Amino acid sequence: MRVEQISVFIENQAGRLAEVTQCLADGNISIRALSLADTQDFGILRLIVDDVNHAKVVLGDNNFTVGITEVLAVEVPDRPGGLAAILKIIDSGALNVEYMYAFVDKNRDNNAIIIFRFEDIEAAALCLQQHNVRIVPGAELYAL
Amino acid sequence: MIWNDEFETLPREALEALQLKRLKNTCERVYANVPFYRQAFDNAGVRPSDIRSLADLQRLPFTGKQDLRDNYPYGMFCTPMENIVRIHASSGTTGKPTVVGYTRRDIDMWAELMARCFSAAGVTRGDIVHNAYGYGLFTGGLGAHYGAEKVGASVIPMSGGNSKKQIMVMQDFRSTVLTATPSYALHLAEVAEEEGVPMRDLALRVGIFGAEPWSNGMRKELEEKLCLDAIDIYGLSEIIGPGVSVECIEAKHGMHIMEDHFIPEIINPDTGEIMPLGEWGELVFTTVTKEAFPLIRYRTRDITRLIPEPCRCGRTFYRMEKISGRSDDMLIIRGVNVFPSQIESLLVSVEGIEPHYQLVISREGSMDTLEVQVEVNHRSFSDEVRHLQSLSRRIQKDIKDLYGITAKVSLVEPKTITRSQGKAVRVIDKRKEQS
Repeated sequence: MRVEQISVFIENQAGRLAEVTQCLADGNISIRALSLADTQDFGILRLIVDDVNHAKVVLGDNNFTVGITEVLAVEVPDRPGGLAAILKIIDSGALNVEYMYAFVDKNRDNNAIIIFRFEDIEAAALCLQQHNVRIVPGAELYAL
Repeated sequence: MIWNDEFETLPREALEALQLKRLKNTCERVYANVPFYRQAFDNAGVRPSDIRSLADLQRLPFTGKQDLRDNYPYGMFCTPMENIVRIHASSGTTGKPTVVGYTRRDIDMWAELMARCFSAAGVTRGDIVHNAYGYGLFTGGLGAHYGAEKVGASVIPMSGGNSKKQIMVMQDFRSTVLTATPSYALHLAEVAEEEGVPMRDLALRVGIFGAEPWSNGMRKELEEKLCLDAIDIYGLSEIIGPGVSVECIEAKHGMHIMEDHFIPEIINPDTGEIMPLGEWGELVFTTVTKEAFPLIRYRTRDITRLIPEPCRCGRTFYRMEKISGRSDDMLIIRGVNVFPSQIESLLVSVEGIEPHYQLVISREGSMDTLEVQVEVNHRSFSDEVRHLQSLSRRIQKDIKDLYGITAKVSLVEPKTITRSQGKAVRVIDKRKEQS
């Protein structure tokens, strides 16, 4: 049900992001989705990959600080108001979203998949399921 | 455990009588054999025969690092080279190294002092001492080596470097005592973690850490990460090397100075005046038993205070507080006196922060700026920006509370601040090159 996301601390320094992606490439790891949060001094790169444990080892070996966080992947229908409906449910459940990012999957009628980081992931999963929102299991995402 | 009861528990009066006798002897020897001292004594208008009480020590001139440089390499030696059996030198990061010599008796005395230190830390002949101080010109490695052997412990002469192998040896040889600089000890703990070797599974029980000042906050880090009792040891090559003073494991507060060999004084670093007993100031030593390289009132530049109160371990020697900074390392930032060690204590008290840090001071226009670079680690890292920002704000606030200075706090990636095998570079002051 849940998706494991890997996050990487990146100093604001030219070429550092390229080094992360090169490490993953060298480790033969595929990126499924990513988002970069940046501040003036540092960035946090969040990634969904096909093999999270392997990615952690590869990045750790190259002295990157990495963390693993559980997030929810939600499938959103490709039509106007698709996302609004889901956010309304989240709002009605008084669920706190820490951050989110989205990508489109061509293999599912161009439906979007949105990655949500919730303060309380259990409560969020329960609430979304009660409203018949489809939560994409981790295994399905890793294998995209 | 006291190695040498006879001397380490001497009543004050008897100790001072011994110091005076030895001081007179040293003054006569340096006056007769070291042209620098003959000149310095003459300039100060004092003869060795004028020394009649310990208070007369004040009449003698100070010796500074520059005097040693001016007499490089052998000018301060008090005995012909044929009596010198060992030569060591300080690192010489700020110019030519300081060269120090030892006679056979000096080496034996040094081993005795280090044996006292190991005993104070609770080390006995049953221990396996993993000596990760560097061997070579640096006094740490051989100083600890001879002392540990004298105690009868089994010594592993690892020296510094090759950290993965160090972990393997500690694991396989079942080392019980680690001797290293505190920064290298923490580095070893990091390497062990990377290698998947839990420190608590090793047999280490005591660490004797010196060659760079470390705070009580750092003690907590060292003890938690390495699963041992951390003991502070102090020394400098000019005086003898490690073994000038050491904490006892009973109190872990203040390092007992080997006063039967070195007479300590605390002075005001600006005026040179003697400070009242117990006050903070610069530590000055006079060696009273060394043959090859005696020093009169050598200014260490280390800031500390003497603790005259008796210690529960039974030693009568005065203790010295942990070094709070150096009179020449003290940074003046926007008119405020800043000691790197104070910032270190502050950082280790912030949860999750590695004590790997660097202070970068520069000047923008007429304004000094302080940047504190702190390594983020797996514990302090969060995938949420606000957590990391609150971490750096917390550090910034603590510095502001302490000094009234707004510092720039930069979180940097782990292992990006240079580690040296020996002493950590904590301060980069760019103001000199900028002016």
